[in-house]
Formats: sequence, structure tokens, C-alpha cells
Amino acid sequence: MADVEAPSTEMVEITIFGQRYQVPASLTVLKAIEYAGYRLVHGVGCRSGFCGACGTVYRIEGQYRLHYALACQKVVEPGMVLAQIPVYPAQRPDYKLSELSATDGQNPILEVYPEIETCFGCNTCTKSCPQELDVMGYVSALLRGDLAEAADLSFDCIMCGLCVSRCPTELAPPNMAILGRRLYARDLVPRAPHLTQRLKEIEEGVFDEEIAKLKAMSEDELRKLYAEREIEK
Amino acid sequence: MSYTEEMRRSIAKVEATRQRRLDEVYPRVGDEEKRELLENYHPDYNAEAFATLKVGPNAGDRTPRELASLLEGRPRVHPDKVDLSRVDLEADVLVIGGGGAGAPAALLAQENGADVLLVTKLRFGDANTMMAQGGIQAADKPNDSPAIHYLDVMGGGHFKNDPDLVEALVMDAPFVIRWLEEMGCMFDKEPDGTMITGHGGGTSRKRMHSARDYTGAEIMRTLRDEVRSRPIRVLEFHPAIELIKDKQGRVAGAILYSFDRNEIVVARAKAVIITTGGGGRLHYQGFPTTNHYGATADGLVMAYRVGAKLSFIDTMQYHPTGAAYPEQILGQLVTEKVRGLGAQLVNADGEQFVYPLEPRDVEAAAIVRECRRGKGVVTPSGQCGVWLDSPMIEVKRGPGTIEKALPAMVRQFKRFGIDMTKEPILVYPTLHYQNGGISIRPDGSTNVPGLYAAGEVTGGTHGRNRLMGNSLLEITVFGRRAGRAAAEYAAKAEVGELTLDHLREWFDLLGPEAAAEELELAPLLLPDYTRHERTDEVLGLE
Ligand SMILES: Cc1cc2nc3c(=O)[nH]c(=O)nc-3n(C[C@H](O)[C@H](O)[C@H](O)COP(=O)(O)OP(=O)(O)OC[C@H]3O[C@@H](n4cnc5c(N)ncnc54)[C@H](O)[C@@H]3O)c2cc1C
Ligand code: SF4
Ligand code: SF4
Ligand code: FES
Repeated sequence: MADVEAPSTEMVEITIFGQRYQVPASLTVLKAIEYAGYRLVHGVGCRSGFCGACGTVYRIEGQYRLHYALACQKVVEPGMVLAQIPVYPAQRPDYKLSELSATDGQNPILEVYPEIETCFGCNTCTKSCPQELDVMGYVSALLRGDLAEAADLSFDCIMCGLCVSRCPTELAPPNMAILGRRLYARDLVPRAPHLTQRLKEIEEGVFDEEIAKLKAMSEDELRKLYAEREIEK
Repeated sequence: MSYTEEMRRSIAKVEATRQRRLDEVYPRVGDEEKRELLENYHPDYNAEAFATLKVGPNAGDRTPRELASLLEGRPRVHPDKVDLSRVDLEADVLVIGGGGAGAPAALLAQENGADVLLVTKLRFGDANTMMAQGGIQAADKPNDSPAIHYLDVMGGGHFKNDPDLVEALVMDAPFVIRWLEEMGCMFDKEPDGTMITGHGGGTSRKRMHSARDYTGAEIMRTLRDEVRSRPIRVLEFHPAIELIKDKQGRVAGAILYSFDRNEIVVARAKAVIITTGGGGRLHYQGFPTTNHYGATADGLVMAYRVGAKLSFIDTMQYHPTGAAYPEQILGQLVTEKVRGLGAQLVNADGEQFVYPLEPRDVEAAAIVRECRRGKGVVTPSGQCGVWLDSPMIEVKRGPGTIEKALPAMVRQFKRFGIDMTKEPILVYPTLHYQNGGISIRPDGSTNVPGLYAAGEVTGGTHGRNRLMGNSLLEITVFGRRAGRAAAEYAAKAEVGELTLDHLREWFDLLGPEAAAEELELAPLLLPDYTRHERTDEVLGLE
């Protein structure tokens, strides 16, 4: 059990970092690399498609096209020739969110990432995104200063950096996107009104007595209260 | 990779009962039935899988065998081989672990005047936090209150939780949500800013806040971006392998190991905060896990050796719904939100067998029971599971609901040819969360001076069982508290002469087996999934 699977009988030949290996056809690229004997430190994190550590570029022998995938999510294919790109140097200037604003009429993204204007809409980033995001779409939304649209389109970005590796004008879409999302959520979405109210109540000590009473209760008393508690539909 | 013929026949039964099940509410278990279920079917009650600790602060306590052999394992460095007079790195506060508890700890320590060094095993953010999908709890709606939240937490934890920690958790909760809001964390909201909140297992009010199904990722990447905006040093691929003390018995730094340079690094600090998370990768009882690659309980091992007391280390959380099919994603999480949105658990005949939102231990035990009594569905690889009837969500809430609320999950199954908006998914319990850990006080301090801890590595807040959404909450609440307290402590603390005498004593306690290298090396740092096949076979040269 665990993460090590009984190899299925069907094997495929793939090339990992320049060396050919025979691996079971049912494995993900990540597990195939481990099957071949690599004990990974780089290029692996969550093993579930959430952390972006395992970006992989491959082509199929005999074909010239490059493909992009997450090693932990992609099942091996016969003739795969692959390499992982665990990190890619991506521009991220120093900024302090507190010194930026999305409501002063300027586009804060242009202030921090002026190079975004060099995007010429080639769509290579979109084609390389293993999350199938409309990367060019969010980059152009950022360029226009439409942070709401950029936040929505880029939300599922796991910052794997594969699009950065491909952009001909050397942009770093994931880094621009997180700045856009943070500014959008902070400046353009209203704060939760009920939360403001609750903070005031806590500060006024409204719940102190009730909590103190609960803390002082015996296990039996608590059990009874718990069993009788009302459950919101 | 889509379903086999046999599985499809069972799916047809699930479809046949769906309409009827729409208004069918399965009764919740009573106290008696619950006890019986847990004792007979929950892995925590499988006596053979546990060992009793012989040495250290918890000698006499029970814990899973895999964890026991690490807690009583052999240190990776011998104290005589480390030169503590050569200090490589220095800080006021050293944070060990770059996850969702480590980042707030670093932020608050820095805000409170400390010079902070954060070290982590893999990349900053390669952590369980990144994977949390469902949400974070906080009692901030008018029909809810911290007191009601308190009662839910206690009930979920079988009333064994530390009341002071629970109070801190529920009273700080609304404040950390506001803190995250102000840092630009994108919660799901109505146009007027009202949080869209839902239920989770064991909640009596809808207080689960979410950021689609990337809640943990959204919190983690926001916190990480904020840390990167501050004067905080971050060192990746440098796990801590041992704590250092000073001659006065205070924790005063850590020994780090550089994976890439294969070198030992000595870091001296006035205070240390351990935020290394859980241990799912120890695969207790052979269970698959939802945890990230570096979840190997290192923090428990290091803290134990300097005399920190652990609590609730005999209880692990098995998430009831891990993917049981396809094989490639075995053990990966199917978030509780799927049930929160209205999907029911049904057996091979398409019948419900448990109320879908019981606490996790009850759900997990009920699924194990269903499989043991032959009502489960067995996959081609022999894994048993039950159906999680996801299409029901759209019957109840309209088409498109799943794609909107659970994009990550839909994508994950689609990659393997399963459309969860139309077909149910097969699930079985998976090792998910470490309920216990290092005992802390409400300010994150431990029984060892200079040592603080926060997050999944700690024990007490959740008692014997954690509820979903209380752990993203815990890491922010106690990460912040520990960061603040450690900075205040560091401002006054002095560091004496560094020593590893505690390791010498540890070697003595372990006896000749340690010297003879018969004990397991600990901390583990990373699991080993290489297959060590014969080279000629892997290379295909035979
Ligand atoms: C798939 C999944 C889904 C979840 N869903 C939810 C949810 O919906 N709601 C909820 O509240 N909770 C959820 N949880 C639980 C929650 O995510 C975790 O309990 C919580 O994020 C733990 O945070 P942490 O900072 O304590 O640990 P982590 O986030 O795991 O961070 C620990 C960090 O320490 C590092 N580390 C480990 N060992 C060392 C070492 N020796 N030296 C240096 N660094 C080290 C790790 O690499 C990692 O970066 C989920 C967990 C998982 C796995
Ligand atoms: S947008 Fe770029 S960084 Fe983000 S997931 Fe897609 S390829 Fe990766
Ligand atoms: S790859 Fe670069 S230049 Fe091309 S569309 Fe994407 S961001 Fe613009
Ligand atoms: S290992 Fe995290 S996305 Fe693949």
C-alpha cells in the first residue's frame, strides 16, 4: 500500500533526465521517477496537484512538440522524454502591499511590474499551463487594471512557473497574479460587515462570561449541552 | 482509467436510489452505537498497531509503532561530531517549518521586533497547509458565537481538549479572519462582503469560510508573499535535525542539514518555534495519506529529545473520504465540502449507511464497517471503497454547482477520466491529521524554556479528534501567538554556552542499540518511495 504500487505487468520505456528506464505504464510521472530509483528532494511537494513543485516538460520520441505537466498528476506515456523544472527564475520585485493601492486611479501592477506592457499576446503561457488557466487572459486583465477579472482567472494558479519558462518576453505571470489578487481582495472587495460587528462584541467582552461558564463545566455537563445543541439547517 | 464494468453496475444502483434519497435523512449515531463503531472499526483502537514508549517524557504512553520507533530513534548526528563553536547562522527567533503556522509565527515575531530566520525542509509553502481545500472556521455570523464554537470543538475532541487552548482558538478566530482579509486573502463572499459560509463535519453553525477549494493554498500563498515582503530570512531545503540547548537548559538553536550541500549548519537563536506539521508520510498501519511529502513528524522527535512533553499521540485522524480509485490518486483527499454541499455516502447497493456529517472518526469507522461487511465496492487493485454520491449536489443545488465550488477536485478526477459532476466517486479512509503533538500553553510556549510550537505539531487544542476548518484556524491563531511570545521572550533572553549534552544523555538512555546503529535514524526527513529494482531491469538492459 502506501505510495508504492504493485507494478502492473505492462511496462513502458521513458527517458528521465537523459537516461532510459522501463517503468509500469500505470504510474504517474512522479512515481515513475521514484520507481526508477530517484529519491527526490527537488521537484516534489504535495504529490496532489496543489503546490506547483513538480513542473515537468516532456516530448514524445519522434515528435518535436513540447508538452507541460505536473509530474504528480500526469500518467506516463510510452516514449516520453522528460525533465523536471523544480524552480524557474521569476521576477519578483520588492514591494510592500501597504504602499500600494488599487483605488487611487493608477494601475498598481504597472508600478511594480512595468514590463507587463511587453506582453504581445502570443498565448504561449496559456498553452503551457498544467492547470489549464487562461494565463494570457489574466495577464491582459492585469495590464488593463481589471483586477477582478485577473483574480478570477488566475485563482487556481499553483505557481509552478511553467508559463514563466515559456514566455518570450520573460514575464512572470504567477507573481503578477498574486499581487493582483491580494490588492483586489484587500481594496476592491468589501470587508465582511458581520465580522466587524463580531470583533466589536469580543472586544466589549460580550462572550467572556459564557465562555468562562463553559470552561468551568464538567465533562458530563458539556456532553449534555453538546447532545442538545441546535444544529443550523 | 474510467470505471470498470463491475463498478458501473454498482453505480447504476446508486443512480436508481438517488431520487428517493433526496429527502432521506439517515439518523445520527447515538452515544452507545458511536462507542461500539469506534472500538470495532477505527484504526486508533487496533491494539496491535501501537507500542508503549520506554524512554523520554512520555515513557509509558501508547503511540503508533511507526512513531514510537522514531521517537526512540537514533539521532542523525553524534554530539561529539558537531562543532558548536562555529555558529553559521544567528537570529533572535528561529522558526522551523515553512507552512501555515510558520509563516504567521515569522510575521508576528518580526513585527514584535525580532530578527527572524525561517528554515524549512523543502520549498517555503511545500506543506500540508497548501493542500487544505475545505475551509477555515470562525464564529462571526449573527446566529453563531465563540461559545457555540467552543462547544463544537470540545464535542469533536471527545471533551478531552485543553479548555484554555480552545478558548484562545475560538476567541481569536474572528481576528485572524480579519487579519487575513486585510492581507488580501480572497475569501468567498457575497457582493456586500458577507462571507459565504457552510457546514463541516461536527459544526452546529455554518461557519466554514472558504476560498473556492483552494482555501489553504490561498492562505499559504498570501502569507508567503507577505513574509517575502518583509525583512525575514528564509532558508529552503535546510531541515532542522536536532535542537541545541545552552548550559542553562534553554533551547538555543538548531542543527540544520543542507540536502543539496550535504552539510551540517549550526543556527543559534534566543528562541525557537517548531511548526513542522504532521506525520502522514509515516503511513501508520499501512494507510495511504493525504499529507505532503515532508510530513514525517520531525518536530515531535526533536522536541521529545530536549524534554518536551507530548500529548494525544495515541490518536491520528483518518479522513473518511480519501480517493480509493483510480489507483494513481489513492489516498488523496476528497474534501469534506463535498458532503457539506449535500453528497451522501452510499454502499455498493446504493443505500446510505451513515449520516454524512458525523465527526470524522465516526464517518471513517462506518466506512470501514461497510467494507468489512461486504457492502463495499472493490477496485481492480483490490482496494475497497464506498460511493460518495457527488452528482446529488447538482440535483439539490442546480447544474454547475460542483464546477464552481470544487474546481480543483473536478480537475483532479477529470485528469483520470472521471466526471464527478455526473458519476459518484469511490472513497476510503486515508491518514490525514496528527491530532496530538507537543503540549503547548495558549501563548505557544512549552515546558522547555526557549521552545515554542504551533500548528499540527502541537497537541491539546483538538483533544482526541480535530474538526475540519479548525486546523487552518489553529495554525494562524497559534502561529501568531507563538511568534509574538517568542519575540517578547527573545528580547529579554540571553544565550549561554551551547551544548548537545541532551543528545549524549539520549544516547545513554537508548543504550547499546543506538551505538550499534540498530535503531531507526530519526528524524526521518523524507519517506523513501524508490523501488530499488534491479538496475538491469529498470534500465531495460537485460
Ligand atoms: C489534503 C489536506 C486537506 C486539508 N484540509 C483542511 C481544511 O479544509 N481545513 C482545515 O482547517 N485543515 C485542513 N487540513 C489540515 C491543515 O491543512 C493542516 O493541519 C495545517 O495546514 C498544518 O499546518 P502546519 O503549518 O502546522 O504544517 P504544514 O503546513 O504541514 O507545514 C509544516 C512545514 O514544516 C516543514 N518541515 C517539516 N519538517 C521539518 C524539519 N525537520 N525542518 C524544517 N522544516 C520542516 C514542512 O516541509 C512544511 O513546510 C488539511 C490537510 C491536508 C493534508
Ligand atoms: S499560470 Fe503559470 S504558474 Fe500558474 S499554474 Fe499556470 S503555468 Fe503554473
Ligand atoms: S507568453 Fe508572455 S508574451 Fe505571450 S501572452 Fe503570455 S505573458 Fe504575454
Ligand atoms: S507535487 Fe505538488 S503539484 Fe505536484
